[in-house]
Amino acid sequence: MDLISIFSLAGNALISPMTVGYILCAIGLAVHFGYTGLLNFGQAAFAALGGYGFAIATLDFHWNIWGSILFGLLCSMGFAAILGIPTLRLRADYLAIVTIAAAQALRFYVGSSTAEPITGGSAGLSQFGQEFYNLNPLPADLTFNLGTVSLTSGEVWIRIVAWAVVVLAVIFMFALTRSPWGRVLKGIREDEDAVRALGKNVFSYKLQALVIGGSIASLGGMLFVMSSQTNQPSNWGTNFTFITWTILLLGGAATLIGPIVGGMVFFALMTLIESVLGIMVDAGLLPFLAVEQVAQIRFLLVGLILMLLVIFRPQGFSGNKKEIQFNG
Amino acid sequence: MANEIAIGAAAPGCKKVDPILIADGVVRQFGGLTAVNVEHVEIPRGKITALIGPNGAGKTTFFNLLTGFDKPNSGTWTFDGKDLAGVAPFKVARRGMIRTFQLTKALSLLTVIDNMRLGAQKQVGEGFFASFVRPLWKAQEQQITANADSLLKRFKLDAKREDYAGSLSGGQRKLLEMARALMGEPKLVMLDEPMAGVNPALTQSLLEHIKDLKSNGTTVLFVEHDMHMVRHISDWVIVMAEGKIVAEGPPAEVMKDQAVIDAYLGAHADTDLGTVEIKSIKAGN
Repeated sequence: MDLISIFSLAGNALISPMTVGYILCAIGLAVHFGYTGLLNFGQAAFAALGGYGFAIATLDFHWNIWGSILFGLLCSMGFAAILGIPTLRLRADYLAIVTIAAAQALRFYVGSSTAEPITGGSAGLSQFGQEFYNLNPLPADLTFNLGTVSLTSGEVWIRIVAWAVVVLAVIFMFALTRSPWGRVLKGIREDEDAVRALGKNVFSYKLQALVIGGSIASLGGMLFVMSSQTNQPSNWGTNFTFITWTILLLGGAATLIGPIVGGMVFFALMTLIESVLGIMVDAGLLPFLAVEQVAQIRFLLVGLILMLLVIFRPQGFSGNKKEIQFNG
Repeated sequence: MANEIAIGAAAPGCKKVDPILIADGVVRQFGGLTAVNVEHVEIPRGKITALIGPNGAGKTTFFNLLTGFDKPNSGTWTFDGKDLAGVAPFKVARRGMIRTFQLTKALSLLTVIDNMRLGAQKQVGEGFFASFVRPLWKAQEQQITANADSLLKRFKLDAKREDYAGSLSGGQRKLLEMARALMGEPKLVMLDEPMAGVNPALTQSLLEHIKDLKSNGTTVLFVEHDMHMVRHISDWVIVMAEGKIVAEGPPAEVMKDQAVIDAYLGAHADTDLGTVEIKSIKAGN
């Protein structure tokens, strides 16, 4: 593997639909945590509901693409309401506990044999994206070369759509956060009792934030499963949620472009580390490592980088240093 | 003075000429401890009323109960003629009864001006769908900002307008919290220890602000420990001890009340400690 192919792979990681899926989940988490202060450790479940909702509506209900998208969104909104109504009146930590548990429960349920007729069990669902790829206006024989990585027409199409969704999400967030509505959310993040004393229905705002952040994540989930047209329970483990958190904190929690920067940096870094370590193992420079361990060891290195980042740049890449100084 | 405010003689739970808040039988127990047990109290409209009492008298708990932040074991109260028991805190605020907190709650990572804007009621742009359509709330936002700026000027915080509230000093945060409460145009503003931790120079200006409130027709109810301040600005004083209301009246008279002296200094305040010791020595202790 040469330098060009290393950078081609990293470049592809920057813009891949998987990266975008995570970025959208991180934007949703920015609504939850960055703006409202809600500790959601079950973002994987919102994304999974987007993916499963879309796939089930397409395969079982034979709905068209728009109906399927809507169904995916409704699934995650319903989930947000079910989780939020009992827990948002309680202290912040309860939401964290409930979301992480609910996300795990959901993942076990969709992978179980009971749910197999609908969800496909542990094998999951596949081939639900035909209509999406039929909408592709690009010529079918088009290929796009990104260094040594060659993208087909369909692969270019999903990247265009994915990034268009990101742009729309950012515009949506921009409108929300500069409005008085966004101001109430930030107030709740700082001190919800103070906001209550000023006559705002804090519970309602928290529920709205949970639903909106969850909906953005479910769009991310749909794009995530659309690139390979496969949706399996193993996609949506707790590591999905924690990678989303890493991306959010990398970029800066209460910023608009933070999740985008964080997501791109994270996946480019993962790919780079994997390639470089792979080369080093091949060349016999790392005798204690086997090739198949490389994919695991990169998580360790990323964890280390994340720790250093949190220590030396707690506001993330695009956060405001001033905002960090008043904690406590 | 007593005649202007109270009907008949000033006594604990006495009737007022024009009460804005009337509470009856408000009881709050924490396990075996009865923190608040108020049989009857009326807060006079358009006046400055001080709620005083030693530590642990139940003043802040009573505040929390009245504003919906805590639920009583029993009791009813009406504000401006409408029942207010069991109403959620945000609805209490919307009805025109806005409180501040003993431990100041400045929203640190919001700017001072955003803290102020947040205090305004009935904002169109605080609705989810309306928030996307700026023309719907732009004019109101400008109006709110103008109000906020004039209040900041009055509270001498205008120089701090764009700073994060977290960068303010303790006294400035008290000022900000009070100014923010006023953004909601309350009929009754409830200040929980507005002077705690404020330096003496700032105290004077805070006192002036509270007096200004009265001249603008706002009713003020405040909890305070500083007797000098209470005497200086309040029209009426209510004294709590061990959860009950033990005395009421104009400040000058209340200060002389034996129940107040007992509450603050203990029932044996006039006994010479030396005598107590000698007696106990003589008794062989």
